[in-house]
Amino acid sequence: MSLVFAGICSHAPGITGRANLADEALRAPFYDAYHRMREQLWATRPDALVIIAAEHFANFFMNNMPSFAIGMADQYSGPIEDPGWLSIARRSIPGNSTLSRELICEIMQTADIAFAEEWKFDHGIMVPLHFLTPNYDLPVVPVNINCQGPPLVPLHRAWVFGEAVRRAADRIPQRIAVIGTGGISHWPATPDSGKINEAWDRKFLERWTRNDREALLSYSDLDTYRDAGQGGFEIRTFISVAAAARGRGQLHHYAPIPIFAVGCTIATMEVAA
Amino acid sequence: MSVYQLQKFLYDLNRDSGVQTRYRSEPEGLLGEYELTEEERTALAAGDVGLIYVLGANGQLLMHFAAFLGLSWPAYLQAMRDGVTRHGPVRAGVYAMTTGVGEKVAGV
Repeated sequence: MSLVFAGICSHAPGITGRANLADEALRAPFYDAYHRMREQLWATRPDALVIIAAEHFANFFMNNMPSFAIGMADQYSGPIEDPGWLSIARRSIPGNSTLSRELICEIMQTADIAFAEEWKFDHGIMVPLHFLTPNYDLPVVPVNINCQGPPLVPLHRAWVFGEAVRRAADRIPQRIAVIGTGGISHWPATPDSGKINEAWDRKFLERWTRNDREALLSYSDLDTYRDAGQGGFEIRTFISVAAAARGRGQLHHYAPIPIFAVGCTIATMEVAA
Repeated sequence: MSVYQLQKFLYDLNRDSGVQTRYRSEPEGLLGEYELTEEERTALAAGDVGLIYVLGANGQLLMHFAAFLGLSWPAYLQAMRDGVTRHGPVRAGVYAMTTGVGEKVAGV
């Protein structure tokens, strides 16, 4: 078994970009939780980090939109956003094209995916890396699930994709960590930014920590849009991680931080057989 | 009808510094390369974030255009509210406003 770590975390750009506008009493415990997640991640001695993220038109657009895409390069760059706006300096990030290709070929056995030899990371990947690999010394395999440009892939396909990631990780000798990044309920990039449905979030996280497949896949996009905003479509990344890990989850941190526009979440999941 | 083309322009501009330079130096020629309605072309040429929001541009695309234009975070949110006040509800897409014009959820 070579999947060694599984977790989920928030990736909102305000987490770094608007850090100075947040209440320190809210911000500090969240940052601490992110730092503890980093320690947990590194304690598993991973050889590579698969980041299942939901990007925001950094690489993929409605002219040719893949539901699932995986990076296959030795080097990536980011952030694509203005570094001052995100408060993360632009840099290159190591990948591993050989490892990516091995994972991709195995995942293709049961999931239909696109691959990309170029990839510019946006906040969906850069914010988590900023906390989890601050020295950018762990090869990354970026994954995107289209959560922005409808029609969106059904949730049960995000589950199947997660299962494929797990099977691929188990087939290779390297130690693989996987994280899912995104928001639960949120209304980013609208005048509603900061609106958070905490009850909806907590119910989703309860289902996630129980790894209740049926409950996790029961949301319709119409319901999610109504109750959790368009940002809620990003639950796909968290669902994929649950499918990959197969175990019980542990919620380490959840607290709405309106200026970050999201209920700030850190959770890990036992990797079960 | 062409919100797609409006969004495509924003996508191109957000990720290509050459397009950003052309937007500043020869916006008419640049925008002429996209199949835009007159309303869309005018909104983009003027950097009218509020109208672009109401036209239905994906918020993730518009957010970076606003930053490129130099709008602060509070000014960007207010520009969208002002757009809804002037032009009515968002006409397309999945980034509709669900709060009131005077309701500042995050205090800005």
